Amino acid sequence: MSAHKRSDGISPLWQIRTAIDPRHYWVLALCGLVAPLLGWSIASNLDGVDKVFLPGPADVLARIWTWASEDGLPADVAISTWRVVAGWALSAVIALPLGLFIGSYRSVQALLEPLTDFIRYMPAVAFIPLVMLWVGIEEGSKIAIIFIGTFFQMVLMVAEDVRRVPLAQIEAAQTMGASRGEILERVIVPSAKPALLDTLRVTMGWAWTYLVVAELVAANSGLGYAVLKAQRFLQTDKIFAGILLIGLIGLVIDQGFRLAHRKAFPYLAGRH
Amino acid sequence: MTASIEIRDAFKTFGHGPRAIQALDKANLAIRPNEFVTFVGASGCGKSTLLRMIGGLESLTSGSITVNGRPIAGPGVDRAMVFQHYSLYPWLTVTENIKFCRQLKAHTRDRTSADVEKASGRADALIRLMGLSHVAHAYPNQLSGGMQQRVAIARALMSRPPILLMDEPFGALDAQTREVMHDLIRHVHRIEGSTIVFVTHDVEEAIYLGQRIVLMAPRPGRIDTLYDVPLPAERHQDMKLAPEFLALKREILDRIRETSGMKTDLEQLARLSAEAAELEA
Repeated sequence: MSAHKRSDGISPLWQIRTAIDPRHYWVLALCGLVAPLLGWSIASNLDGVDKVFLPGPADVLARIWTWASEDGLPADVAISTWRVVAGWALSAVIALPLGLFIGSYRSVQALLEPLTDFIRYMPAVAFIPLVMLWVGIEEGSKIAIIFIGTFFQMVLMVAEDVRRVPLAQIEAAQTMGASRGEILERVIVPSAKPALLDTLRVTMGWAWTYLVVAELVAANSGLGYAVLKAQRFLQTDKIFAGILLIGLIGLVIDQGFRLAHRKAFPYLAGRH
Repeated sequence: MTASIEIRDAFKTFGHGPRAIQALDKANLAIRPNEFVTFVGASGCGKSTLLRMIGGLESLTSGSITVNGRPIAGPGVDRAMVFQHYSLYPWLTVTENIKFCRQLKAHTRDRTSADVEKASGRADALIRLMGLSHVAHAYPNQLSGGMQQRVAIARALMSRPPILLMDEPFGALDAQTREVMHDLIRHVHRIEGSTIVFVTHDVEEAIYLGQRIVLMAPRPGRIDTLYDVPLPAERHQDMKLAPEFLALKREILDRIRETSGMKTDLEQLARLSAEAAELEA
C-alpha cells in the first residue's frame, strides 16, 4: 500500500479508514510504547517524588532481577501460570460442548442461556468465601475462582460463535442428506473453529485478570500473591514488577494464540 | 436421473395468531421429469419459500408436495439445492467441497470399492465440466463469486440428484459472469437430465433458462401466471434479442409491475411531480 496525498491536501494519516505507509505505522506504534515509558521515567525522577510513591523503570527492573535471582520468581510464574491455565482449561472443557449445544438447539438455549446470563453478572470476587467453604483453601480454590470468572462469559461467547455459522452452510449439508450429528461434527464445529480459537484467546486474557483475586485465597506463592504481599510491606517497585510481569505473560500468550490462529486456518487468507 | 414434482394446495404462514404472515396462498403446480422451470416475481411473492418447501427446508402449513408420487418429509438426497452464497465450506478445498457428500452416511451405506472409484471419477468429471481444474486445490476464499457458484453447483450435482433446486444462484454475480453461468447451467440440464427448479428476480434470466415460467405475485404470495417459453431447446445469447423473447419479457415485466403494486407507485410519483410543477408555476 502506498500512501498518496489526495488532491484536497489531507494527509492519509488523517483520512478515515485509509491505509498509511508501513514506516509511519511502525514509528507511531513505537512512539505509543516509548512515550509512556519516558513519561514514567521523567515523573519518577522529579524532585519531591518519593520512590515509595512512584519507583522509576530502573528500580522496577532491578527489583525484577533480585526477585528472579533471590526471591523465586520462576516458581511464582510457574504456579500462577498453572492456576490460570488450569482454571481456563477447565472452563473451556465444559463451555465448548455446552456452548455448542446452546448455539445449535433453541431448546437448550432457552433452558440454559438466561441462567448463564444471570450468573455472569455476579462478581467472581464475592464467591471467595463460598469457594473457601466448599472447595477449601488448597490449589482447587484458586482454580475455582478463575473458573468462575471465565466460565459463564465463555459459554455465551461459544454459543454466539456457533450461532454465527452461516445457515446456508448448514442447509446445504441438510440437502446433501447429513444427519444432525454429522451437521454438528462436519459443518458447525469446523466452521466455528476460527471464532472459537479467538474466544479461547480472549477468555485466557480474562483468566489472567482474575489471578490476583484468586491468590487472595490463602496463597503463599504466585505473582498475584507477591503483589499482595508487597502491598503489605509497601514495596511499590515489586507491585509494579508483578503487574508488568502479568501483563507481559498475557501478551506473550496472546501472541501465541494469534500465531496458532494463522497457522491453523490458512484458508482464511483471501484472494490476492 | 430425473423426477416429477407435484405441488397441491401448498399453503404457508409464518408466525401464529393475529400476527401471522401469509407467505404462500394455496399453490398448485405439476413439474414434469427433466423440466427446467423458473420461478420469477417481485420480492415477497413466496418464490423462495415455495422452493425451500420443495427442498424440505421449510414445512407446509397445509397442502402437500410429492416427488415421484411420494410426499416429501424434510430435506433429502434426491433434491439438491444451490444457494445464493455462503454455502461453501471455507476450510475445504474445491475438490473436498465437491466430494463433501461422500463423507456422509446417507451416501456411504453399502459402499464398495467400485463405488468409491466411480465417485472419484464423478468428482473429476464435474471439476472438468465446471471448468475448475486449475483451482481444484484452492480454497473458496481464493475464488471469485462466479467460480464459487460453479463449485456449489458441482457439489450439488455430485450425488446425481434427480432434482436440482436453485435459489437465486447468480443473484450476486456481475452481468458477464452470469451469461457464462446461464449457458453452463443449460448444458448441465441437458447432460445430467435432472429436473431443475430455478428461482430468480431477473425476468431475462427466467426466460433464457426456463422451458416454463411460473410468475408469482405478492400479498399474499401466490402463483399468478404460467408461461411456456416459445424458444427452441437449444439456446444461445442472441435469442435474448429475438422478437418473441422481447415480447414475452415485456408481458412478464408488465404483469410483475401490475401485481407488485409498482404501477401504483409510479402513478403516485407522476402525480407528485405534476403537483410540484404546479406549485412552482
